[in-house]
Amino acid sequence: MANTDITSKTMDGMGPHGTKVGLLRVLGPAHVWALGVGIVLVGEYMGWNFAVGKGGAYAALIACWFAGILYSCVAMIDSEVTSTVAAAGGQYTQAKHIVGPLMAFNVGLYLVFAYTMLEAGNAITLGYLMSVAADMTGATEPLDQRPFIILAIMFLAWLNYRGVLATLTFNLVITAFAFLAIMVLFFASAPWSEGTMLAHADLMSGQAALPYGWLGVLAAMHFGLWFYLGIEGTTQAAEEVRSPARSLPFGTLAGIMTLLIAATLTWYVCVGYLPWEYLGDGVNGAVAPLFSAAQMTGSDALILILGFGTLFATLASANGCINDASRAWFSMGRDHYLPQWFGAVHPTYRTPYRAIIFLVPIALIFALGAPLDQVITFSILSGLLGYTFMPINVIMFRRKWPLDTIKRGYVHPFHPIPALVLLALCSVTYFAVFLGYGTQLIAMVSFYIVVSLWFHFWRYRFVKRADQFTMPWPKPRGY
Amino acid sequence: MGQMPLWSMIEYGAWALSALFALHMLWDWYRTDSTYSEDVLTSSREGEIEAMTEQHKL
Repeated sequence: MANTDITSKTMDGMGPHGTKVGLLRVLGPAHVWALGVGIVLVGEYMGWNFAVGKGGAYAALIACWFAGILYSCVAMIDSEVTSTVAAAGGQYTQAKHIVGPLMAFNVGLYLVFAYTMLEAGNAITLGYLMSVAADMTGATEPLDQRPFIILAIMFLAWLNYRGVLATLTFNLVITAFAFLAIMVLFFASAPWSEGTMLAHADLMSGQAALPYGWLGVLAAMHFGLWFYLGIEGTTQAAEEVRSPARSLPFGTLAGIMTLLIAATLTWYVCVGYLPWEYLGDGVNGAVAPLFSAAQMTGSDALILILGFGTLFATLASANGCINDASRAWFSMGRDHYLPQWFGAVHPTYRTPYRAIIFLVPIALIFALGAPLDQVITFSILSGLLGYTFMPINVIMFRRKWPLDTIKRGYVHPFHPIPALVLLALCSVTYFAVFLGYGTQLIAMVSFYIVVSLWFHFWRYRFVKRADQFTMPWPKPRGY
Repeated sequence: MGQMPLWSMIEYGAWALSALFALHMLWDWYRTDSTYSEDVLTSSREGEIEAMTEQHKL
């Protein structure tokens, strides 16, 4: 690619513009893995079990694997497109190059909202975990959770501000710990031995098998997303990996494989220890199901390991979210979709420092002022809108730049089947979400329509075409 | 020392650390923006990454 003559007649005519200070390319595939899995793994530690409440243990497993197919499609599609569009901003940048400015503006906002809301949700959870820790160590008065919520956001923002290598190496360590904690719980439960405490046969037979029938399975469906929500975040590292064409597909696909294993093991262990009525009540019952399962074993070591696993998973998720939301916001600033002021890179730390700082108060407002379920719903809905964009994006990508025109780091198999499967699964999920959160869905779509009008009629006049398309790509087919 | 004072201290510690991280970011932000010109700070362009890899001795 570096040898391409962008001024030739077959090229777009755009090229590098004299970057003096850019993002630092220091990451490897393990960091990409840590970014993707780190954002998601908190969903294994809490949240997914609402699916059990909706339809019982088997419904949760069907939802888990159904969503697993959806996210495998997401991971494959993202791996192909991002290994080619190797720039910060992830899906926003993909949309800009492949679909058009208005789509890009919307996708950029989906990303920023999905990640900032998830960050706020994680900080709220962290405050709650600290209060549980205080209770368990015998505190006589209820803990003030606010300083811990604020500290989580401030510390992680500071870490992100200081450099991406330390940030994602930190994520690698705590995410690996949280993943290994699930493995330890599984092996310590020894499901193959006679003396195992797992009681699947007792807890899942008779009426408990499918308590609400197949309708319960449909209702469980959208909580299946929790097992994997956020794996698409790996793409935001595209401008900071040493070898985008290799690291991004490698990290992303290893990430989805890790999550498929973690999700299935989590389900298996939790439904074997906890009755579905308790497990499925994520508010008054099993708030942190893996931790509750560890408590059932009676082993202090397992309780400690899964306790730290829960804490680390929450931190890793918030950390990855700050990284991703700031890259998306930064890219939009750099392209003048937002004020260019946000497109600044720190000359020493080489991070999008203004975007990182700007998003801190927004995350704080939501973490301190909004209820957890609303924050998470807003995050999931923004994510779902993003997933709907992906199949359209990859179909257009293959049409405009067929396989023989641009070299990809990874070519996903069976095109267009993954795209069509993803589109179909998104439709089912919209229906399931509409049943549960119709008002929020309509409110949010209305919000995106209003900001789209603002972008089209006002903001787009500031966007300079030459500034936003700087990839040395050939002209798209048909143009 | 009883349990409650310990958690009160941890709470105060969390407030103090939060303030420290926030102040450090704000101070560094101010210092950076007043040292470098806007032209340098916002010079990043996405297509540049290919060329930059060539220049960097990694």
